[in-house]
Amino acid sequence: MGLKCLAQHYLKSTGPSFILTKKNKPLRRRTASLSKMEFVNPEGLRLDGRRPMEMRQLRAEIGVVSKADGSAVFEMGNTKVIAAVYGPREVQNRSQQSNDEALVRCEYSMANFSTGDRMRKPKGDRRSTEISMVIRQTMEACILTHLMPRSQIDIFVQVLQADGGTRSACINAATLALADAGIPMTDIVTSCSAGFLNGTPLLDLNYVEDSAGGPDVTVGILPKLDKVTLLQMDSKLQMETFETVMQLATEGCKAVASYIREVLLENTKQLESRRGV
Amino acid sequence: MEQRLANSWRMTVNEKNFIQTALLSDLRIDGRGPFDYRNLTIQFGIEDGSSEVQLGQTRVMGFVTSQLVQPYRDRPNEGTLAIFTEFSPMADPSFEIGRPGESAVELGRIVDRGLRESRAIDTESLCVVAGKWVWSIRIDLHILDNGGNLVDAANIAALAALLTFRRPECTLGGEDGQEVIIHPPEVREPLALIVHHLPIAVTFAFIGNESRVIIDPSHFEEAVMGGKLTATLNTNGDVCAIQKAGGEGVMQSVVMQCLRIASVKAADITGKIKKAVESYKTKRDLKKIKRHPDSVDISNISKDMEKSKLELVKCQSDDMEIEGHSSKKDESSLRHSKHKALISGPSSWDPYSKIADTDELKASLASRAVATPNLKMDVMPPEKQQLNVKDESHRDADPSPPLLVAAEAREEKNKAKTLLDAVKPKHKRKKKNASNSNGS
Repeated sequence: MGLKCLAQHYLKSTGPSFILTKKNKPLRRRTASLSKMEFVNPEGLRLDGRRPMEMRQLRAEIGVVSKADGSAVFEMGNTKVIAAVYGPREVQNRSQQSNDEALVRCEYSMANFSTGDRMRKPKGDRRSTEISMVIRQTMEACILTHLMPRSQIDIFVQVLQADGGTRSACINAATLALADAGIPMTDIVTSCSAGFLNGTPLLDLNYVEDSAGGPDVTVGILPKLDKVTLLQMDSKLQMETFETVMQLATEGCKAVASYIREVLLENTKQLESRRGV
Repeated sequence: MEQRLANSWRMTVNEKNFIQTALLSDLRIDGRGPFDYRNLTIQFGIEDGSSEVQLGQTRVMGFVTSQLVQPYRDRPNEGTLAIFTEFSPMADPSFEIGRPGESAVELGRIVDRGLRESRAIDTESLCVVAGKWVWSIRIDLHILDNGGNLVDAANIAALAALLTFRRPECTLGGEDGQEVIIHPPEVREPLALIVHHLPIAVTFAFIGNESRVIIDPSHFEEAVMGGKLTATLNTNGDVCAIQKAGGEGVMQSVVMQCLRIASVKAADITGKIKKAVESYKTKRDLKKIKRHPDSVDISNISKDMEKSKLELVKCQSDDMEIEGHSSKKDESSLRHSKHKALISGPSSWDPYSKIADTDELKASLASRAVATPNLKMDVMPPEKQQLNVKDESHRDADPSPPLLVAAEAREEKNKAKTLLDAVKPKHKRKKKNASNSNGS
């Protein structure tokens, strides 16, 4: 009984933190980062003050690269991406020329300064190669390539600031740049990501939420046709939960689509006024 | 991005139309139904951790090897898992040697996502000394024949190889308790990896404008398809990864339907993999039972003096040299010892070693194992380096596959203690001759 009193006395004087931290330390190191942080606090706010179904602020600008046929800057919160489109132009590599459709090439790279630690090799690593291929195939699905045979369309995407969701921002920027270049498309492609942390589906993950180790679902849709072109997911999810998260991401894509249409409409009005129409 | 289209085989318009029209009536050119998989056979190689998968015409080989490395700084107590793909030009005329093309990178990343992000392998159990030494598991996937749907076959090969892979057991020891001692398989049974679940990849192809869905596209169907969806699921009802990299758009309902079909197929394939692994395990256990009398004979009772079957004590002096080096300093000196090992390896000045060399050659010819020197091993890398060098020197004599070296590294050597070894050489050589006759 004496020991118990002593223990209680210690607890009262030094506070529980003294004993608890000592016990919790090794545990914390071993558990995955998922349980370490609270990504949705009890009030329902995320780390940056957003609600679970809230997207980050969108900002787009068209015609930023004067030399390119079409270009755009797209910002989703802190993620900033610039895209430039050259084409349709003559195929540089004759062996790749296709007689019945245009060749679409895409190159994705992250600027060295885009992430917190300066990146050593922004191009040519496996992730960049995969994302380049993904963007290319996504845009290829919506470009009417059979209208421009024996030509080439180049899409260059560069990440200037990376804060999660770079893939989505790249696709949105590429769409705007293609529209700016006047390349015929069946529909615009918009993309958004969603995740599932602390038992809640979250829309538009930023870098901290993305690197928490939870699932990350990136969806790219053709909004008018309501069809899914791009769908990527990693980490584990139950099938029903996945359906919920995918639907949330699709809603996000539709929100991006309405914003992109506004921007394009605004741009067209400006062009009209410049031409004196 | 740079693909030599000139080299690739192109499909004629007639063939394309034929395949698309046939699909309208739910007929596939090889007679399968739209949701039927091709014939799947899983075979295993001689070493633990090598598998060969045949899915119809597609053939993929998987090899798993392990090495002790320093962990990443932000995950100091987790092992690492790396996947490397090799798209051999013999599989398809459009594959080229050198840097992996887009499809190679994509395949690697799909398999990687399925295994790593979903935590199929328990990486925390691969930690030896937190912050200093962890096991790094390397999976090599070699494409031998491209008959379509490489992703599924490669995934199955990776899983089969991981399930049969055994890593050597290691303990902390040495003077300061910081050195890692790797035990040869004869001393302590090598350990299996802890696999929580099996993520199975199932690929769907979307063909035609009405988006007909078929499963497991063959080479011809892949040339015709408008889009592809690979879903990686396990039998617990979890979706581990999904990859639909652009291509034709599909409705969301179609995606969910594909996932449901995929879960059924995944259960099927998991059953097949487990069956194959079980039969391989029983075969291997039977083989082990036969091996036991040999190894018990040769090895001495004391742990210090244990030898593996055909092993020769190569250079006791070399051992002492290396021992001296490694016992002097800490792991930081391991690189030093590695260099020493390289130098003292093939070209040794010790008279005993010369004799041992030719005997080694005989031994290596008799069995397929590359004879390895007897060293006090503190860590794998120096050992591996030395083995690589040795392997090169014996390459003509020894037809063993290159990855045998890695297997050797696991397979083992002894810890020779200092003075006793110097006393015993003749005795050991006799025993070795006896073992040679046993082996051959």
